[in-house]
Amino acid sequence: MTHTTHTPTAGVGKESPAARTVRRAATRRSRPPGRGPLSRVTPWLFLLAPLVLLITFTYVPVANMVYYSFTDWDGVSPEIHLVGAGNYSELFTRPELFRVFFVSFYYLAASVVQIVVALYFATVLSFNLRLRNLFKGILFFPYLINGVAIGFVFLYFFQDGGTLDSVLSWFGTGSDHAWLGDPTSANVSLAGVSVWRFTGLNFVLFLGAIQSIPGELYEAAQLDGATRWHQFRYLIVPSIRPVISLSVILAVSGSLSVFEIPYIMTGGATGTTTFVIQTVKLAFQFNKTGLASAAAVVLLLIVLLVTWIQRRLVPDGKADLV
Amino acid sequence: MGRKTFAVAALVAVTALTATSCTGAAAPKGQSAAAATDPGSVDGTITVLTHRTDLVQNGTMKKYAAEFNKIYPKVTVKFEAITDYEGEVKIRMNTENYGDVLMIPNAIARKDYPSFFASLGSTAELSEKYRFTGNTDVAGKAYGLATVGNANGFVYNKAVWKKAGVTSWPTSPQEFLVGLKAVKAKTGAVPYYTNFKDQWPLTAGTAGIGSVTCDAQANDKLATSDAPWAEGADLNVIDTLLYDTVHEKLSEKDPTTTNWENSKGLIARGEIATMQLGSWAISQMQAAAETAGKNPDDIGFMPFPAQKDGKFCAILSSDYQQAVSIHSEHKAAARAWIDWFTEKSGFAQNEGSIPTARSGALPATLKPFEDNGVTLLERSEAKSAQVNAIDNAAEIGLGKPDYRQKLVDMARGVQSGSLKDYFADLDKRWSEAEKKAAGS
Repeated sequence: MTHTTHTPTAGVGKESPAARTVRRAATRRSRPPGRGPLSRVTPWLFLLAPLVLLITFTYVPVANMVYYSFTDWDGVSPEIHLVGAGNYSELFTRPELFRVFFVSFYYLAASVVQIVVALYFATVLSFNLRLRNLFKGILFFPYLINGVAIGFVFLYFFQDGGTLDSVLSWFGTGSDHAWLGDPTSANVSLAGVSVWRFTGLNFVLFLGAIQSIPGELYEAAQLDGATRWHQFRYLIVPSIRPVISLSVILAVSGSLSVFEIPYIMTGGATGTTTFVIQTVKLAFQFNKTGLASAAAVVLLLIVLLVTWIQRRLVPDGKADLV
Repeated sequence: MGRKTFAVAALVAVTALTATSCTGAAAPKGQSAAAATDPGSVDGTITVLTHRTDLVQNGTMKKYAAEFNKIYPKVTVKFEAITDYEGEVKIRMNTENYGDVLMIPNAIARKDYPSFFASLGSTAELSEKYRFTGNTDVAGKAYGLATVGNANGFVYNKAVWKKAGVTSWPTSPQEFLVGLKAVKAKTGAVPYYTNFKDQWPLTAGTAGIGSVTCDAQANDKLATSDAPWAEGADLNVIDTLLYDTVHEKLSEKDPTTTNWENSKGLIARGEIATMQLGSWAISQMQAAAETAGKNPDDIGFMPFPAQKDGKFCAILSSDYQQAVSIHSEHKAAARAWIDWFTEKSGFAQNEGSIPTARSGALPATLKPFEDNGVTLLERSEAKSAQVNAIDNAAEIGLGKPDYRQKLVDMARGVQSGSLKDYFADLDKRWSEAEKKAAGS
């Protein structure tokens, strides 16, 4: 087992022991002797910037949101009244507010497609193929585009007589269908856009994980007579289990909190309102910032709960091979 | 040392953010921006927040500022055009930095005006000179002056309607529908365009409250009404007409992908016959006609198809109201701008809108209304604060598109439900919110 150049993993993680020793020595030497207190503070100083950012832009807003959820604030008024759990009791006595979660099932189904497609392409493209990098780029490209721009592009795409209709008519299957016209087809179309957009992200995650599998393993598997499918089933999948489970978690929480694509494309009309769109409307159309904050807190808790259940069902087993 | 300073500064920043992010900074209430007597003494740099991004970009606003400087040479006027005006300014209202002159965002409850804006004087006095002052009245003081006013109605392509054989304005919803059917049958045009996807054009119907019953107080009456969608009420007639139009397939085929900017060209070229909009839209459509090489005179404006005692009524409502920020350091200059802009700029005439100053003449675009004896009623705003509160509490959104989008969806048959049940449900939500508001 010498150099397996045909696998993309050849260069990964191969640092010569010598280099490592040099680096360790350098680290040791860089700590100046005799400056006790300051040297203990140093790591904290490095942490300061990220901590300030984290606190300012994550924890303070969340704390504010939780605080608003106990008030009747309308978003602008200088007057704020505490109403206790009033917003929460209103939220839970209005089941129609939770009906919009059914829309999430479209996106959940879409994320299954998304993960399967991403996994397929990641596997295929981790082997040596012609124009491999070009395809990688094409697949990842949609994720780089701003979500708002995607919304606008796909509006034209689904328009009556738009791109989709004209492409279909080239194949003689032109239809008169208004793609965003009724709730089912609108939600399917929007979920399709979301697949188009996020497959690239999953793909890159999977590709990175797959490439960290040592090439020797494939070689050994081949010697044992494993087909590509066997390699995928018994080698790749077990190795990237943690990344797959991470993707699933992201997909589920993403499906529960879909926002920009339906908001830009339909504004939540024709039965495409998601929970977040509804919350935004409560806050900014009807000036019920308090109630909307409570809804946001509830969504946060739901996402945390779902993630926790998922972790319980599928424990984060270590990758079996690497 | 430097590091420590930074650490302290960062801590202070975090604390300050935590402390102030709760609500808007407390402002001294009850300030006023009085009009200066001597224009030469007014000075300072003022920032005007505006939603008219188009006018700022093409330099029109700069020209206004130059005219303004002829009278007030020591004032520098800067404009800040904001695309998402409502959304952005509402959030900025939590700080002290929202310009010197701004359009009052709809989200601000009227009772809070005194905490955000300087008063412009007694409403009774101002109302002698200006229209729509009731809109910003809090305890006898007015806090804003309307930039312009608009009449409600339908923009239509005269040539298309004529080709369909309809030459006089329909006088009832039934006649209107018959007219639309004729348009569909005899011309290739889409009879009616909802602009469903861009949402806000659907709210035009609300501006017509009162034009059916010919009652300037119709909007105020909603504050005590427990069934705004009852048979024969303004909202019932307006929304039923929309429902019937869509239900009879007289509107565009795929409303979910409409495009407002395109729609201007479409109506100008006669591919769309009718749209429900305010009178402000006429000049935009005429401009579009010119761009498309068509006759701008083909763009007409008709009142809502309903008559009372054989006469049409059209409700005039105010556009955005300009106000002076309570935090402005140059209130006199800000006030001078508002007064000048409202009265002397000629903005209303240029835009084809109804001037706020009572002395101003009606725009040429509304000449047919005058000629045909349409009664113009200035919408009373005495109780609009209560109406808004009820509307928000009921989560219906009279000025929002959502409930009409659902109406259109039901009319198209993609969402279940009957119009009667929907109106009953809206009435129920309204009356519940109204009772709650009355009780508290």
